[in-house]
Amino acid sequence: MSSQTTPITDPAQDLSLAERLVAPDGRRLSNPELDPFVADIDPARLRELHRDMVILRRLDTEGVALQRQGQLGLWAPCNGQEAAQIGTARALDPIDFVFPSYRETGVLYARGAQPGDFVRVWRGEEGAPFDPQQLRVAPLQIIIGAQTLHAVGYAMGIKHEKAREVAVTYFGDGATSQGDVNEAMVFAASYQAPVVFVCQNNHWAISEPVAVQSQFPISGRAPGFGIPSMRVDGNDVLACMAAMRWALAHARDGKGPAFIEAVTYRMGPHTTSDDPTRYRDPEELDSWKSRDPIARVEAYLRGLGEIDDEQIAAAHADADAAAREMRAECLGMVTRKPLAVFDEVYAEPHSGIDRQRDEYAAYLSTFEEA
Amino acid sequence: MTQLTLGKALNAGLHQAMKSDEKVVIMGEDIGKLGGVFRITDGLLDEFGAARVIDTPLAESGIVGTAVGLAYRGYRPVVEIQFDGFVYPAFDQIVSQVAKLHYRTQGRVKMPITIRIPWAGGIGAAEHHSESPEAYFVHTAGVRVITVSNPQDAYRCLQQAIASDDPVIFFEPKRLYHHKGDVDLDAPLADAPPMGLARVVRAGTDATIITYGAMVSTALDAASAAEDEGLSLEVIDLRSISPVDYDTVAASVRRTGRVVVAHEASREAGVAAEVIASVTERCFEYLESAPLRVTGHDVPYPPAKLEKFHLPDLDRILDAVDRVLDRPNSLTGAES
Repeated sequence: MSSQTTPITDPAQDLSLAERLVAPDGRRLSNPELDPFVADIDPARLRELHRDMVILRRLDTEGVALQRQGQLGLWAPCNGQEAAQIGTARALDPIDFVFPSYRETGVLYARGAQPGDFVRVWRGEEGAPFDPQQLRVAPLQIIIGAQTLHAVGYAMGIKHEKAREVAVTYFGDGATSQGDVNEAMVFAASYQAPVVFVCQNNHWAISEPVAVQSQFPISGRAPGFGIPSMRVDGNDVLACMAAMRWALAHARDGKGPAFIEAVTYRMGPHTTSDDPTRYRDPEELDSWKSRDPIARVEAYLRGLGEIDDEQIAAAHADADAAAREMRAECLGMVTRKPLAVFDEVYAEPHSGIDRQRDEYAAYLSTFEEA
Repeated sequence: MTQLTLGKALNAGLHQAMKSDEKVVIMGEDIGKLGGVFRITDGLLDEFGAARVIDTPLAESGIVGTAVGLAYRGYRPVVEIQFDGFVYPAFDQIVSQVAKLHYRTQGRVKMPITIRIPWAGGIGAAEHHSESPEAYFVHTAGVRVITVSNPQDAYRCLQQAIASDDPVIFFEPKRLYHHKGDVDLDAPLADAPPMGLARVVRAGTDATIITYGAMVSTALDAASAAEDEGLSLEVIDLRSISPVDYDTVAASVRRTGRVVVAHEASREAGVAAEVIASVTERCFEYLESAPLRVTGHDVPYPPAKLEKFHLPDLDRILDAVDRVLDRPNSLTGAES
């Protein structure tokens, strides 16, 4: 008798268990389970998704450039993960609330973030780049996996009010080793909270390959918590959208949490401070280039005769404009005044912080011209 | 006035808070049917239902982390950590999330979370059930830290903590849970003094004993005993240990010129160290002698049979009083 309950795969490479709608060469594959979820996605909508991904990649490139030019302290590139982010985030309802990690530039973009929002935190101007309640996105989360619990708590509130909303949380393969992520799945299942877990398995947690985190496909863990899951080709934007729509419908209909593992690849470094040539096989990188998410949807649209060079050029022109806008916003940011360091530590008056502010103000005033 | 134990006063405070604001939800381990291991949440499940009185999985980070999510959605979660020594798995969520979100978002996300912690020793409990971890939280910007020492404060301050838009770590001295006192259940919260104010519990002129929590009772006993020797000791209950009400503290020190700070928690970088540093900065020229700390030793909390050698008691406080008053004491040897 074997104790093995789930087929062991090579988690570093295996895509055979992942749901897919468009093959890397652009062929449309039939998938009875997922097809109904994207039956309404016509070529015009696909072109929009393509344009989103082109813009996202351009913003990401600009982010790296701004860091290299000293305008940002750090940038966490998401190139390679455009389909996983755009496909899932474009499936959300406006009312849904997202709890991201720090690499979800595409999710912020899809939620309507303004050009400056992508860089404000990385430039070191603010702790949160936008109004979370307005964008319905929580601030970027750097503590690995901590945000998954926030999403579950938020979803417990949704359930308490019987609202038809969903809380969504994004995290990586590395985060699945964290206690918080596992506790989040326990709480989500216990309370049948309307929350969708989106794990972007991009194969690398800085230098650690996913096999260090898991010897099983990550999606195989969720059912052990009583949470249905789907493993989807994270470089197939159509499949990502379909999987997300499945998960969202499940949660919205009161059936409890759902889990998606989007199998993708971090084409760039962990952050601009990282050097992946120290630990990553260039052949592995090359093999994933052939699965590029933007090239894939472009090939699919070309095969349909639904995109031409002019439309592609227009998408790139929009992307350049978005990048210019982001750069202009970044360079135009005005750092807050020194005493702002004391702002909003507490919501109510606090004698300790008030005294420290006064003392520092008095100190600063000694530098003023008489 | 009603006679209530401190535990019953907390229960009444929770009840009142839940009744007056439907956004108040309470969560923790065994707080539902059981009413909590100390029965502080007794009867709340029956009255308010399982959607607002939430028995949680046994995962402290999970409890506090989901409370953060509920706060994002406009709730006022009141979390019970079952015992002081069990708060550490939630430390990251408290320090990195609860304490920082208001600051990070420039006030756009509020974290009105109250984290109740049955606290400190003196009850002969098992390991990890008698700890005084308050200094970790006092050192954490973004949270307030409140302690209570009597039923009236328990009833009032818990409601104030819950009503506060800031996160509050709320320490309940478990060895006083069964102590009785008068509670004015009808006094409007709006008329009550702010929860951050310290209180002169006993007025005196020779030295000031500054303390909080269960140690307030010990300090009062010490002051009574000292009176028999002709000493007049002032006792201050800090109540809030972050922030500390230094107006009340400094006014007392300026009167007496001599200071002893007592707490159960260990000494190094503890609350007493901070209070003495701050008092010295503010009142140096009024001090007649070096302020002293009377604290738990810098040891892991000892086994129950040894805790009486760890916790400051009446005699250790009085010995420190003798030292700040330059009277014969343990360091000078017996009175000649």
